[in-house]
Amino acid sequence: MLEISDLTHSYGAYQALGGVNLTVAEGELVCVVGPSGCGKSTLLRSIGGLLRPTGGRVLVQGRPVEKVPDDLAIVFQDYSRSLFPWMTVADNVSLPLRRRGGDRRSRAAAAVEALEQVGLPAAAGKYPWELSGGMQQRVAIARALAYKPALMLMDEPFGSVDAQTREDLEDLVLQVRRSSGMTIVLITHDIDESVYVGDRVVVLSKSPATVVGDLRVELPEPRDQIATREHPDFVHLRAEVGRLVRGMRSGEPAAAPEAEAASPEQEPAPAAPKA
Amino acid sequence: MKTIVSRIAWLWILPVVLVAWEVSTRAAQAVYFPPPSVILARLHELWFSGPAAHVFLTDEAAHHLLPSLGRLVVGWAGACLVAIAAGVALGRSAVLCDVFSPLIHFFRSVPPPLLIPIFMTMTGIGTPLQLTAIVFGVSWPVLLNSLDGARYVDRQYLETCEVFGISRFRRLTRVILPAASPKIFAGLRISVALALIMMILSEFIGSTEGIGYRMLVAQSELDVPTMWTAIVLLGILGFVLNAAFLRFERHVLTWHRGARKTD
Ligand SMILES: Nc1ncnc2c1ncn2[C@@H]1O[C@H](COP(=O)(O)OP(=O)(O)OP(=O)(O)O)[C@@H](O)[C@H]1O
Ligand SMILES: [Mg+2]
Repeated sequence: MLEISDLTHSYGAYQALGGVNLTVAEGELVCVVGPSGCGKSTLLRSIGGLLRPTGGRVLVQGRPVEKVPDDLAIVFQDYSRSLFPWMTVADNVSLPLRRRGGDRRSRAAAAVEALEQVGLPAAAGKYPWELSGGMQQRVAIARALAYKPALMLMDEPFGSVDAQTREDLEDLVLQVRRSSGMTIVLITHDIDESVYVGDRVVVLSKSPATVVGDLRVELPEPRDQIATREHPDFVHLRAEVGRLVRGMRSGEPAAAPEAEAASPEQEPAPAAPKA
Repeated sequence: MKTIVSRIAWLWILPVVLVAWEVSTRAAQAVYFPPPSVILARLHELWFSGPAAHVFLTDEAAHHLLPSLGRLVVGWAGACLVAIAAGVALGRSAVLCDVFSPLIHFFRSVPPPLLIPIFMTMTGIGTPLQLTAIVFGVSWPVLLNSLDGARYVDRQYLETCEVFGISRFRRLTRVILPAASPKIFAGLRISVALALIMMILSEFIGSTEGIGYRMLVAQSELDVPTMWTAIVLLGILGFVLNAAFLRFERHVLTWHRGARKTD
């Protein structure tokens, strides 16, 4: 479904991606984690064709990405700037469906169906700004669902909602994946989330980002917010991913004081020309 | 509380001012400030005492008021359409914008009334002059605001269009125009007032009909009350146009106020 080889990208003199290699099989749900500012969004934008990487290759369904592939949808982090406030929720969801063919009636029906799938059947006639943040993100997911892409990219989709909503939305993604079977690449900086949601967790180093870990998640299905999170494998995987994100080799003891102090969130990347 | 005060103010402020005006002008016997009752009587007699079949408009009104209004509406609407189209086109094209920016900024810096004498040498007096003056006066603020609005459409809106393969036409009509509409409306609001000013000025300078022209005639006859009827008429006209425009804007931009409130 997705093949990325030696992907590099530089913003001017600043190298964000330093040779990323990653293959995602059809139907997989891969979570990409990495320290903040490491180049996660850059990677996603290169896959989505919104950004032309300076080096390397991205193949979606065997074809090199030049513009946004037809069979791809993106759910952005900032839902308030991704849904159009001048359109009703139903219009937002059905706007992209025109290129999928079908008449107005069938498009409207598809929009209603997608809204039902995300648990918002009553919101169709409302405007996005009449909904809470979590509901707006559901609408953005419904829009992607109605579009029926083969590959769905999500860039920190739950970064700006509260903890409870976040758990609901994580379960929504799992349910969507189960019912539609689409391939999903979900970017997050939340280690627990990556392990809870993913079939696989890919860890990026701080920039220039490379893949420093690729772990298969074998947790009992269906996943459950309480039971899964106290499962010994979950606890173990989470520690493993946490170590990798903090730049330690696996097996090293976590929470060594020096390592904490050098956590990438606080340390400015060397020579980063922040725009 | 505030709404109650402003509502009551709407009810009483006008009658109070009118009465005060009436009393003081009568007391002062001011020649140049006739009492409102005189002005209103003249207003009625001159413009609105016609037959019911002509919606009470007198021949005088048909001769002066209707041409003014017609030119105002046609000039304003035509100029706005063209200016919005040009502004959005320029705003969406970096090249066009760079090429035309200096020119636009030069022209919008020229006070529009200054050009009326020039236009007059080109068009002569009459409707073409009024239309040219109104179009010129209205165009720049609408053009500049549309340009701005179309230029600074949120990048994520455009990326969303790109991701979901929204066609160019629908991108323009369903995304860029609505996203730019708050700015466009800001330009339109300015342009309503400008259109009125340009209408009157061009009628002062080169016309044989219209409210402005009628006022000049009244002035030459030292007919003070009639001059005042023109002032009152224009005041009412400006007020009504502005109110109608705000209504329309409020209707079209409901989403904008709603979205802003939750930010
Ligand atoms: N348009 C740009 N121009 C210059 N530098 C940029 C640009 N976009 C991103 N960068 C830099 O590239 C690096 C990677 O950015 P990116 O947005 O991909 O990181 P991220 O992992 O998504 O971060 P976050 O966790 O904050 O979302 C950052 O250091 C950022 O400063
Ligand atoms: Mg990011």
